Amino acid sequence: MSSVNIKWSRWFPLVPALALLTGILLVPLGKTLVDSVSTPAWTLKNYSNLFTDGVTMTVLGRTALTAATVTAIALLLGYPYAYLMTRVGPRARGILLVIVLIPFWTSVMARNFAWVIILQDGGPVQSLFELLGADHVVLYGTTAGVTIAMTQVMLPFMVLPLFSTLGSIDRRLLLAARGLGSSPTAAFWKVFWPLSRGGVMAGVVLVFTLSLGFYVTPALLGSPQESLVAQLLAQRTTLLLDFPAAGALGIVVLIVTLVLVAWANRVGGTVSAIGVVATSRPKDRP
Amino acid sequence: MTSPTKIGQVKTVQVDTGPALSRRRYTKVDPIPWWLKVLGGLVVAFFVLPTLVVIPMSFSDATTFQFPPKGFSWRLYENFFTNPVWLDALGNSFLVATLTAVLATVVGTAAAVALSRLQGRTAQFVRTLLMVPIVAPAIVVAVAVYISFLRWQLTGTVTGYVLAHTAIAVPYMIVSVTGALGGFDPQLLKASASLGASPLRSFVRVTMPLISRGILTGAIFAFIVSFDEVVIALFLRSPTFQTMPVQMYNSVTVEIDPTISAASSLMVAAVTIIFILPQLRRGRRGRRQESHADDT
Repeated sequence: MSSVNIKWSRWFPLVPALALLTGILLVPLGKTLVDSVSTPAWTLKNYSNLFTDGVTMTVLGRTALTAATVTAIALLLGYPYAYLMTRVGPRARGILLVIVLIPFWTSVMARNFAWVIILQDGGPVQSLFELLGADHVVLYGTTAGVTIAMTQVMLPFMVLPLFSTLGSIDRRLLLAARGLGSSPTAAFWKVFWPLSRGGVMAGVVLVFTLSLGFYVTPALLGSPQESLVAQLLAQRTTLLLDFPAAGALGIVVLIVTLVLVAWANRVGGTVSAIGVVATSRPKDRP
Repeated sequence: MTSPTKIGQVKTVQVDTGPALSRRRYTKVDPIPWWLKVLGGLVVAFFVLPTLVVIPMSFSDATTFQFPPKGFSWRLYENFFTNPVWLDALGNSFLVATLTAVLATVVGTAAAVALSRLQGRTAQFVRTLLMVPIVAPAIVVAVAVYISFLRWQLTGTVTGYVLAHTAIAVPYMIVSVTGALGGFDPQLLKASASLGASPLRSFVRVTMPLISRGILTGAIFAFIVSFDEVVIALFLRSPTFQTMPVQMYNSVTVEIDPTISAASSLMVAAVTIIFILPQLRRGRRGRRQESHADDT
């Protein structure tokens, strides 16, 4: 066997994976792109329409706002949680990690159905608000309800990058700061927070990006009047059958996502975190 | 842990079980504040409790989604296991998920093993490319796949479902197997080759046994990814062929059929058994191994 043959034979096992990726993903996406600029004629009309149709921009704005809210809440809840994970003993840490992964691995439909029950008119959340004195709070069918449910699913993507960053910070630096006369709050903001910024960036971009593409949660818990971009995309595809217009919107969403992901990868370096979140285990040493 | 990683390069979240200072000594100097524990507890509740409401709901006697559930009965489970619509959906999901797991295992393992031995820009690019299915929004993939599958007449077919689900399951498989290959010593293959084994035989007799746990984990992930996939499935469904998540979706949006709470409870129980229990067990085993390693 010549050396060239050996070189190529090493690539050979990749062929099925690449063929599948190309056939099922790249060709359909490429076709969508070509259709969006070539139908009905070779113009960018399908794209310029997105700006002028009066609907798309509103929906995109609402989607970005929802994603930003989800990200902010996830950071507020996820940071202390990840911090707590770095402080407790190995057994408690293992349990906290499994708990983080629960929303990720419980069935998407079961989880969304659970939120329908909880948020519905007459449901437990409404009863809770009534006990607190606020009558008839309806979260079902609102963007607020969608935001709450999305935050639950997105929290793992915030917690895990944060956990891996926070865990690597040497806590003796905090003790040093305290020893030099710093208050606990000042020690946190001047020493700990700057060191954790990489993880924060990674988590924030990851959660924001993934939140842009949610379909099932807004479709089940939101309202058609306040739809998010994924619903708009689905509607244009299956109801209006306007494939080129839907394609243009889809390509825009895809490009925004991939650019954000690539950027997050350079900043925080945890993009494959999605895969890692999915396959991470409390203990993974051979 | 904080060093930058390229897309697709696999990094395992490692749980450092040995902090710099012994914990007991540490907590005296630097105690965990009470409010942090309270907040942690609330987040735990936010993670766990919402999903659990499906369980009491599944024993409800009501014909609506009312909560708290009314009465107690097994009626919803009975309906789930006798109604052909639900049974067909369950069977279809099992079929698609099993085929997906098999296909993804073969394709993904081959790719992961090949990638682990390749270096350079092209390999890096391929690695990144293969991760695209998990970062691309499901809805965009679903729309693109739907439009193409309509033309190729693959909508509503087992083949269509399996191909689409395998495409999104392969990255998980690659991540899992690559993780297992992390501790693999390539010298073993040289040894095996020097003893006269062909590359295939080396793979089957040397590599595979060593990474079998990664392969098994990946296969389980692939199965769950497919079994639970709803967005693409909603687009590919046909009146004659739909999967469990799609039937569950219908029962919330169209039919208002409380049988979904039985279905949801079963799904939650199944995933807990398949996924979370082995994790807990592996956690215990890992700790044992580590304490053993410390002794030597």
